[in-house]
Amino acid sequence: MASPATHPPTDSPALAGSQSLGPRPGGSGPELDVEAIRADFPILHQEVNGRPLVYLDNAATSQKPAVVVEAIEGFYRRDNANVHRGLHELSRRSTERYEGARGVVASWLGVEDPGEVIWTRGATEAINLVARSWGDSHLREGDEILLTDLEHHSNLVPWQMLAARTGARLRYLELDDEGELILDDLPRILEGGRVRIAAISQVSNALGTLNPVAEIARQVKAHGGLVLVDGAQGAAHAPVRIPDLGIDFYAFSGHKMCGPTGVGVLWARRELLEAMEPFQGGGDMIDEVHRDHSTWAQLPYKFEAGTPNISGAIGLAEAIRYLNAVGAERILAHEQRLVRRTMKALEAMPGIRLFGPGDPAHRAGVVSFTMEGTHPHDIATILDSEGVAIRAGHHCAQLVMKRYGVAATARASFYLYNTEAEVDRLVESLGTVREIFG
Amino acid sequence: MKALYQQLILDHYRNPRNRGELEEDGSTVEIHVRNPTCGDEIRLQLRVEEDRIQDIKFLGDGCSISQAAVSMMTTILKGKELDEAFGVTRRFTGMMHGDEEAARDPALGNLRSLAGVSRFPVRVKCALLGFEALQEAMKKSRSREEG
Repeated sequence: MASPATHPPTDSPALAGSQSLGPRPGGSGPELDVEAIRADFPILHQEVNGRPLVYLDNAATSQKPAVVVEAIEGFYRRDNANVHRGLHELSRRSTERYEGARGVVASWLGVEDPGEVIWTRGATEAINLVARSWGDSHLREGDEILLTDLEHHSNLVPWQMLAARTGARLRYLELDDEGELILDDLPRILEGGRVRIAAISQVSNALGTLNPVAEIARQVKAHGGLVLVDGAQGAAHAPVRIPDLGIDFYAFSGHKMCGPTGVGVLWARRELLEAMEPFQGGGDMIDEVHRDHSTWAQLPYKFEAGTPNISGAIGLAEAIRYLNAVGAERILAHEQRLVRRTMKALEAMPGIRLFGPGDPAHRAGVVSFTMEGTHPHDIATILDSEGVAIRAGHHCAQLVMKRYGVAATARASFYLYNTEAEVDRLVESLGTVREIFG
Repeated sequence: MKALYQQLILDHYRNPRNRGELEEDGSTVEIHVRNPTCGDEIRLQLRVEEDRIQDIKFLGDGCSISQAAVSMMTTILKGKELDEAFGVTRRFTGMMHGDEEAARDPALGNLRSLAGVSRFPVRVKCALLGFEALQEAMKKSRSREEG
């Protein structure tokens, strides 16, 4: 087997010849060579219930290219040791790869200071970190936290808990009928001057809506508030450059963007992190330890207590290299082509209700829908019996479900390796649902 | 798939029996259960007199399996003694976990059409949701009698 350390992602057939393309700001570039990309993802090549797998649950978690799996395996086969401690060769290698991964994240985000990149277990932990370490010491009764009805529970519950601890008040940006945030309400909410932080998703996991986070950030910051962007979906499905967003905190997870589970990132501006208390205490986050007190390590280690997810960080960096070589704009454009095809087919089916923006250009690769007379769980079970994997339920976004008066939806979510033929398989299997439920 | 979604199940899903509310008095108990991962919910009411289910009604929202199962359950349990109802619960739970002997028990009546659900582990909890409510309701009723 090839040694992963000497096996850059450029060996992948999908990326051959694409090196000079890179991301193309403002344009979609040439279409993806999806068949070549599929060859990079071993898991896709299997049958489920007698049919070739059609994996359309990418908003829950993405599949991993072989280079990511091999990077993790290679780390454990050759380099594994604890970081920042040992004076031996393996620890040196492990530390180098782990810190190298941090550098990959920093440059991918477009930030210069790797000390602003904090490893976490995922977006959820990153948001909890901010709610605790920043929120507990900066909010008091009467302050306001601005959220939206579009948020995943991971970007709601930590703020509700913070509000309960501090007496701060929760405000919400509401949704229009098409699943887009009503920005016209923003000036009225901000004019009181009490919004200290706004926490907004970049891309809705339930509807796929691409939110205008830069515009929201501009207005919130003009009124003196800070802005956290939940990039759990955004990092995977939309181009991200922190300087263009004009925000203060960015949280994302590795597993939704071809990386492993259990690793994610909080990016925050250095002066904010410097002024925040640690989130957890333990090894690696201290400078000096005395009997009655301790002092904290420099950034980013102040926020990284305990042995970190070293292989996870290395795997995530490999995933970023892989996605970068394909190009975020091209991936989004590909997803939008699949969304357009799906919406067109579903609009032609009787009894289907589509949720979210009518214009596929306002979405990442998510199509949420219901079918009259058939519960989403039954849709998912029947689709699974034909090898088509989708999600059915509230998608950890109960405020979205309430807004549109449903308990659950069926959701197909796409990624760079999905094909138009797979969209057709989805549509064909929805025909089976119709046959059974009539 | 058609083995799972039998006509009887679809019929109870589309035309649920005993759906509605009982007029509350001293002999009614009510339990509300919810499956937090999928959002299915059932509100079950029993009227228990002399240890016998005199009347039973439910309101619910969820998939065909959860709603058909609770609908069938109500038709079988109306008029049964609580001990018999506990027995049906045990048999049905056994059937959901693959007990073939339980699946042949005529006491399960129409509920036997749900036997196929046992081959779909992620859906078993749907089928059992109504029985979860039933057990809670019967315990509540008994503890009230004893109290």
